[in-house]
Amino acid sequence: MARAVSTRRKTSFTVAAWAVSFLIFFPILWTFLTGFKTEGEAIASPPSFLFFDWNLSAYEAVNQRSDYPKHFFNSVIISFGSTALGLLIAIPAAWAMAFVPAKHTKDILMWMLSTKMLPPVGVLIPIFLIFRDTGLLDTRTGLVIVLTLINLPIIIWMLFTYFREIPGEVLEAARMDGASLRNEILYVLTPMAVPGIASTLLLNVILAWNEAFWTLNLTAADAAPLTAFIAAFSSPEGLFYAKLSAASTMAIAPIVILGWFSQKQLVRGMTFGAVK
Amino acid sequence: MSALRNATAFAAALLASTAIAQAETLTIATVNNSDMIIMQKLSPQWEEATGNKLDWIVLEENVLRQRVTVDIAAGGGQFDIITIGAYEAPIWGANGWLTPLDDLGEDYDYDDIYETVRAGLSADGSLYAVPFYAESSFTFYRQDLVDAAGIELPEEQMTYDQFRDIVAQLHDPDNGVFGTCQRGKAGWGENMAFVGPLVNAFGGRWFDMDWQPQLESDAWKNAINYYVDLMNNYGPPGASANGHNENRALFADGKCATWVDATSAAGFIFNPNESTVADKTNFTQAPKQVTDKGTGWFWAWALAIPESSKKVEAAKDFLKWSTSKEYVKLVGESEGWVAAPPGTRMSTYENEMYVSAAPFAETVETSILAANPADATLEPVPYTGVQFVAIPEFQGIGNFVGQQISAALAGQQSVDEALSNSQAFAVREMTKAGYIK
Amino acid sequence: MATQHSRNAARLMMSPSVILLLGWMLIPLSMTIFFSFQFYNLLQPGQETFAGLTNYRFFLTDPSFFDAIRNTLVLVGGVLVITVVGGIALALLLSQPIWGQGIVRVLVIAPFFVMPTVSALVWKNMFLNPVNGLFAHLANGLGLQPIDFFGNYPLASIIGIVSWQWLSFSTLIIFTAIQSLDSEQLEAAEMDGASSLNRFIYIILPHLARAITVVILIQTIFLLSIFAEILVTTNGGPGTATTNLTYLVYIQSLLQFDVGGGSAGGVIAIILANIVAIFLMRMIGKNLDI
Repeated sequence: MARAVSTRRKTSFTVAAWAVSFLIFFPILWTFLTGFKTEGEAIASPPSFLFFDWNLSAYEAVNQRSDYPKHFFNSVIISFGSTALGLLIAIPAAWAMAFVPAKHTKDILMWMLSTKMLPPVGVLIPIFLIFRDTGLLDTRTGLVIVLTLINLPIIIWMLFTYFREIPGEVLEAARMDGASLRNEILYVLTPMAVPGIASTLLLNVILAWNEAFWTLNLTAADAAPLTAFIAAFSSPEGLFYAKLSAASTMAIAPIVILGWFSQKQLVRGMTFGAVK
Repeated sequence: MSALRNATAFAAALLASTAIAQAETLTIATVNNSDMIIMQKLSPQWEEATGNKLDWIVLEENVLRQRVTVDIAAGGGQFDIITIGAYEAPIWGANGWLTPLDDLGEDYDYDDIYETVRAGLSADGSLYAVPFYAESSFTFYRQDLVDAAGIELPEEQMTYDQFRDIVAQLHDPDNGVFGTCQRGKAGWGENMAFVGPLVNAFGGRWFDMDWQPQLESDAWKNAINYYVDLMNNYGPPGASANGHNENRALFADGKCATWVDATSAAGFIFNPNESTVADKTNFTQAPKQVTDKGTGWFWAWALAIPESSKKVEAAKDFLKWSTSKEYVKLVGESEGWVAAPPGTRMSTYENEMYVSAAPFAETVETSILAANPADATLEPVPYTGVQFVAIPEFQGIGNFVGQQISAALAGQQSVDEALSNSQAFAVREMTKAGYIK
Repeated sequence: MATQHSRNAARLMMSPSVILLLGWMLIPLSMTIFFSFQFYNLLQPGQETFAGLTNYRFFLTDPSFFDAIRNTLVLVGGVLVITVVGGIALALLLSQPIWGQGIVRVLVIAPFFVMPTVSALVWKNMFLNPVNGLFAHLANGLGLQPIDFFGNYPLASIIGIVSWQWLSFSTLIIFTAIQSLDSEQLEAAEMDGASSLNRFIYIILPHLARAITVVILIQTIFLLSIFAEILVTTNGGPGTATTNLTYLVYIQSLLQFDVGGGSAGGVIAIILANIVAIFLMRMIGKNLDI
């Protein structure tokens, strides 16, 4: 900042920003708190904010009914697996599009993005039948494949916009020095591209973690991730707000924490070429 | 080195052989009703006794039905045991999708299961699903509020008009008590389960003998107008989003004065661990109107084994355990007799412990025995079923009509519009399916 | 500039992605098109016959069809307006000098990490429920009548829930763009006596155009096929008030198990999505020189 800012001005902006962000965050906080109430307290009117009898009964009930570690493990495998596979396929493609653009590059990119607009429900039955015949139903492999394909367009696009920001002269210079294509990618490009790749990775892990259509419809017991875990607590008989909150907290905590720790990296690459 | 390798190989082989000999892992899909959650809680006893393992998939009714139907119809083979209802069992059994369950053994005591229940789960003389619990519908009401208001309930089955008068007197939203809670959430198994018997009571029917939909008949109009007025005047806010489970929670929390719903909820409402109104609730038959035929529904939640399962023997063993007399006793002893799964076995109702713990036992038994899916309407019909029509097309039609009625309840459209849309849709579907030539 | 050699290499590098996405699109799509010309109900196995255009006729004359198109557009448009306007406002606020900016940013970004199913469940039950929800408690405390959100304002409620999730995303992107703004240019304009409104319209907004385009593009892609939020909260109702095209196809193929009709609906939805895609791409092409 080039000029001094009056303390009063700063104070009022700070108060406003904190108030708004607290309101936005409040539903998550409320869910977290409710998880430590009893079912009765969870619907008590007026609700108590902090001064209730903190206890773990909802968490105990959830753990008794569900195998959280299994679902958690599946979520990790599926989201990181599909992202890794997606990056593997997408990096060469994005590189080629960014550095060796041809006449149709833009059209191809746009077409790839448009495949993401297809409503998944329209093709569930065909995919289900294919999965049945190939034995991929309820397997982590099957989900990794589907989520890779679903998120591939976004991965390619993000990487493409990032790679494009890398100045071409660097590559020219490397080529002059007689670097092979492989070395060019490995030693010149990759280090410069790492922040973009990191942020692509993070965004796609988040998207894959939260995907709730395919993960629910193509799994039963073995491969079911946390989206299936939460479905078991959606509207049971009797009071369930505390259990729902506990299960919700367990389902979203890993990804929210990951997101918080990596938000700097995430934000840096998430510009999609929007920032010059 | 090689000795060690041999030893490991031997141990592995030993492990593998014992695994083949006994341990199967069964995938079981079930609905998240409290009786099923008790079953899940008790099932480790079966796992320990047999060495088998269960993988549970517990879902909300609508989602469960969709998942299980896709899997079984497309032969996905993901489930070894599924939870289905009285609507699916005969249709799926006839399609050859389910393993017949006539051979669970002498000691299973088939004759102990009510004839109505067995018939409802059979097709072509074979039993395709074993009942976990069965239910009819009746009226729950708050005795304390009725006494406080000085109301005298009629001795015989009351009419819906009388019911409305009582509801009006009990309605006290300022003190957090709504006159009545009824299902409003769209779905053939949700709001239509209440609407179906209501329409029966008003003398209506889904189809005439030529499969022509009758949704714009006077009986339907009277019934749906009655329902919408009743709920708008004396129901809780947001009624169009409330299904069985939401109403169950509201009633148990003391927010409703009356509730016409599943008899199987009685075990929950009368259980002081779950409900704040356990000692204040009473019950009577579901109301009638121009007729008393088909005024209480019939439903059973049952366990079945898909034809595609490769672990039929272990699955049968679990079915036998979880629907046996011994299981009922196990629940009674560990969870309290009031929570025992109701409506399936005569022995439950002959049990002193159950009858004394469950004041509603006799009324429930009478209601279930009175429900007759084969003769539930005033005028003749070509179908069976009280609150549903036992044809595959009914799910689609019932869901659509349910959506329309829930829109009328939410005030998005008039009752007449809802019924004329419903009629048009039903005619389209029945034409497409070839019933109407 | 690119040599033949590098062009071939580029083609080779792109081919796995292109082939995979082509397969992912064409194989299910051709099966869907095939089913759409069949009478095929999952519940009546072995009765599949050729249906001609019947499935398309029934889907297009379905009274819910136009409601579904309207709802889809309102849903996408509503969320876009809220998140873009709200995102700009929030990003401007966050880019002011404030204490604890890092923490504030962490709080604002959090909703984007939350599973759609979880956020819909939490909003539906713990906030919007007219008897036990927090808003109902609040209304009761103030002596007001609690609002029946999903009964009276179903589509608006869903727009609100979805906007809550995506506001984080748009704020982030726009915030990053604002930070790259040349502050000297702004100061010069201020010296020249330009009002803050004028500075916003003539300097800040043009600078954000690309970021806003990106927000619109990405969100549209995800919003067109919104499903979980509707399934969890309203089931498309009351009536058809919250049935979007995706949900209508779901009703056909997975609630009525009419795979033929559902496939016809799927094909129509795909065609419509592509029309939207073409419009969007035109717009992006202009604004985003990729």
